[in-house]
Amino acid sequence: MSIAEVSLARLKTPFHERYRARDRLNEWHSWKGYTAADALFDHELEYFSIRNSTAVFDLTPMTKYRITGPDALAFLDRLVTRDMTKIRPGRVAYAAWCDDRGQVIDDGTIFHLREGEYRLCSQERHLAWLRAAAIGMDVTLREETAEIAALAVQGPTSFAVLDTLGIDGLAELKPFGLLHADFDGTELMVSRTGFTGDLGYEVWLEPGKALAFWDALFEAGKLYGITPIGTEALDMARIEAGFLTAGVDFVPAMQTVRSGRSRSPFELGLGWLVDFKKPNFNGRRALAAEQRAGSDWRLVKLDIEGNKPAHHSYIYAKVRGKMKNVGFVTSATWSPVCKQNIAIGTVRMPHGEPGSTLHVEIYYQREMHWSRVMAAAEVVDKPFWDPARRRATPPGRY
Amino acid sequence: MTDYYDAIVIGAGHNGLVCATLLAQAGRDVLVLEARDAVGGAACTAEFADGYSVSSVAHLLYGLQPEVLNDLGLKPELAADNLGTIALAEDGAHVRLRGDVAQGVSDADAAALRTFRSRMRRYAKLLARQMNRPPPRLGSSARGDLLALAKLGFDIRRLGRDAMRDFLRIVGMNIYDELEECFESPRLKGALALDAVLGTHLGPRSPNTILTWLHRHSANDGRLATPVGGMGNLGERLADLARGAGATILTGSPVQRVVVENGRATGVETADGTVYESLTIVSNADPKRTVMDLVGTRHFETGFVRRVHNIRMQGNAAKLHLALDGLPAVTGLEKRDFAERLVVAPDSDYVERAFNPAKYGEYSPEPVFEIVFPSFRDPTLAPAGKHVLSAIVQYAPHTLRAGWDDGARAAFERLCLDTLERYLPGLGKRVTSSELLLPADIEERYGMSGGHWHHGELTLDQFLFVRPVGGAAQYALPLDGLYLCGAGAHPGGDVAGAAGRNAALEILKRGKGA
Repeated sequence: MSIAEVSLARLKTPFHERYRARDRLNEWHSWKGYTAADALFDHELEYFSIRNSTAVFDLTPMTKYRITGPDALAFLDRLVTRDMTKIRPGRVAYAAWCDDRGQVIDDGTIFHLREGEYRLCSQERHLAWLRAAAIGMDVTLREETAEIAALAVQGPTSFAVLDTLGIDGLAELKPFGLLHADFDGTELMVSRTGFTGDLGYEVWLEPGKALAFWDALFEAGKLYGITPIGTEALDMARIEAGFLTAGVDFVPAMQTVRSGRSRSPFELGLGWLVDFKKPNFNGRRALAAEQRAGSDWRLVKLDIEGNKPAHHSYIYAKVRGKMKNVGFVTSATWSPVCKQNIAIGTVRMPHGEPGSTLHVEIYYQREMHWSRVMAAAEVVDKPFWDPARRRATPPGRY
Repeated sequence: MTDYYDAIVIGAGHNGLVCATLLAQAGRDVLVLEARDAVGGAACTAEFADGYSVSSVAHLLYGLQPEVLNDLGLKPELAADNLGTIALAEDGAHVRLRGDVAQGVSDADAAALRTFRSRMRRYAKLLARQMNRPPPRLGSSARGDLLALAKLGFDIRRLGRDAMRDFLRIVGMNIYDELEECFESPRLKGALALDAVLGTHLGPRSPNTILTWLHRHSANDGRLATPVGGMGNLGERLADLARGAGATILTGSPVQRVVVENGRATGVETADGTVYESLTIVSNADPKRTVMDLVGTRHFETGFVRRVHNIRMQGNAAKLHLALDGLPAVTGLEKRDFAERLVVAPDSDYVERAFNPAKYGEYSPEPVFEIVFPSFRDPTLAPAGKHVLSAIVQYAPHTLRAGWDDGARAAFERLCLDTLERYLPGLGKRVTSSELLLPADIEERYGMSGGHWHHGELTLDQFLFVRPVGGAAQYALPLDGLYLCGAGAHPGGDVAGAAGRNAALEILKRGKGA
């Protein structure tokens, strides 16, 4: 790292040059210390590449840990709430992990790369917690964030693009599966995972081959509308898919200061990830107690009337004829593909039963003047966007 | 082969035996498994040279709680009682202490000692009340916890306004400053400071040393005694009581692991592979050994394991045993003075300076000593006309930065003998045999992690509700069916029996199979 880079205090991913070559806006932000693009030319057009062709997103800054050793499985099985013994080599698990109070530290994906060899991928850094979880276990932890370059290749034509690139076995790869392929003499790991709720893949390789891979990928995708995208476009897609962002839709338990600001998996709609059949996992006792006593909060997906995005809105429920403040919106967007005004929010129990109607207070500004509408919002329990092509195996070539 | 018991106690240390006896007296079918061939744990007597025996670890009895003795109907047979303390001076101007009375100090200091002792006595009694009941859980809204918390508050308030303020002011404080405020005599201050730091990794200027002093004086006002036959006799008496109440004690049966099935403790397995089943497993081992080695961290949650992992329990007290062919003639000491406790702690700065190197993993170049000649009142311990010296020596860190090799051991022992020679001239010529037990030896022999005699530093952050750690204060560990009953649990170490008694009360309160 040069002195100039240190003075900027912002790292560059191995794909940075290619991003900069395509960039027209010069809008960047820091993502876990890396330079990341808000958008490259127009976030809505970038968004449409996710839904209509192929979008490429640089996810190298995602925190990655390699977990190996005889106790790797036992370690992970106690770490996360779901049953890791069911995740065979070549499979990927979406998982959440909790502290002893059953509060979510983070969610992420665990890749069973080979027998007994795992990669944990998450938004936040967790080395201190993972090391504590490794006390008394024969397990090796290594942070490999900078050692692995990663790209998300997402959208209806993503299979066609990668197939054109010539990746063996891709057609048979099911959602949450992974395979190892060869690229230019180096190992390429391809997983059928993503943060868009659409057909898509994530590709992982050594940083030295990153630019060569990018060039080959974009050559293969020339006729399939391949487009690099920034974080804003991805954020719209993930809200449509109903995916949570740590630090936005919940505060990681290790970062909360005030009591009651962290959330349990039940309170984040992740109860399906909690497997009480396991005799022990972090947070089990607290979560069992919460299941008996009931949760304080509920995560809701809202279909809101009108077209004004409900950013940062309060959520109200009608209680005995009066509007009562019961929560707030954490993520909101106009969904171009669904033609719906959608949001993710948090409400106090027992409000927010799926199918019930809540109200959101939307403030909007027109020529300096603020206006307010109270818009009805229906609580839905399915993702707003969940096309069949996401799961089809083999995927369509489109 | 498997056997089922209502409760299995791991370790026949004094707390384990107290707990086993009380459980057995309540009608439980109890099995005690002891790794060593002798009972009593650190309350034991062993021969270290031909014909010479000594209490190997604890060598004075002062902490045994009256509540424990009452519950058990035990009255230890004492060889010596109400021992005085002689703070040795190189020039022979020794200071003598017994209870509230000091000799060899100014009238002002003698009066100050009476005031100091009566003031501290009230606080020690307050502490003793808390020590003889399970502490409340913080953040709990259960009636029992709230009531216990209210009792604690009430006990403190009942001291009266001024005493309460004084107590709250000094309880977390260091003893050095308090002694400086109260006394003039360096010898007196040194002896009082020593009592606050024996068995700890603390110096007189460390915070919490008023608490450790009070803790030491919480039973019987800190009155010192030695049992006939050494501390091992007490261990055997306790074992007899346990057997008498119907408990089975198996020695030479080291527990290899606690069997965990489906998230609860269901038994133990000994080194020879025998499995004993029980839904109540009570560990007299220290919390680290229990959680890390006997059960395994994977059966607990990460935050809890991290707290246990971080318990401070690095021992710093070594034991030195000398076989003597006679007693030395020391200026200012009469023959009968060898029945008392002698201390080498000429002033509180000396004690603090002895502690300084320990902070950096080195042993004291000028250690402090607590010395007794148990054979003086108990001829069973040495051949006729000969004597044994038993000394607690500080500070000898469990982990020496340079490593405890044979050279370091020999150097430390030499240094101990040289220091002793300055205060007890002529002692060296009398030594016919010696034994030095470093904290690591104590760890290995008695299975105490870090060789720490309290099974964990006795400081406010590891006391009451948070002893051994938050989430396990009431003897039950966060694994169903598993309990602690040793010094690592509230209220801590010394041969006190309170932890064993409290644990038994808690287990009985929860009913069978809980």
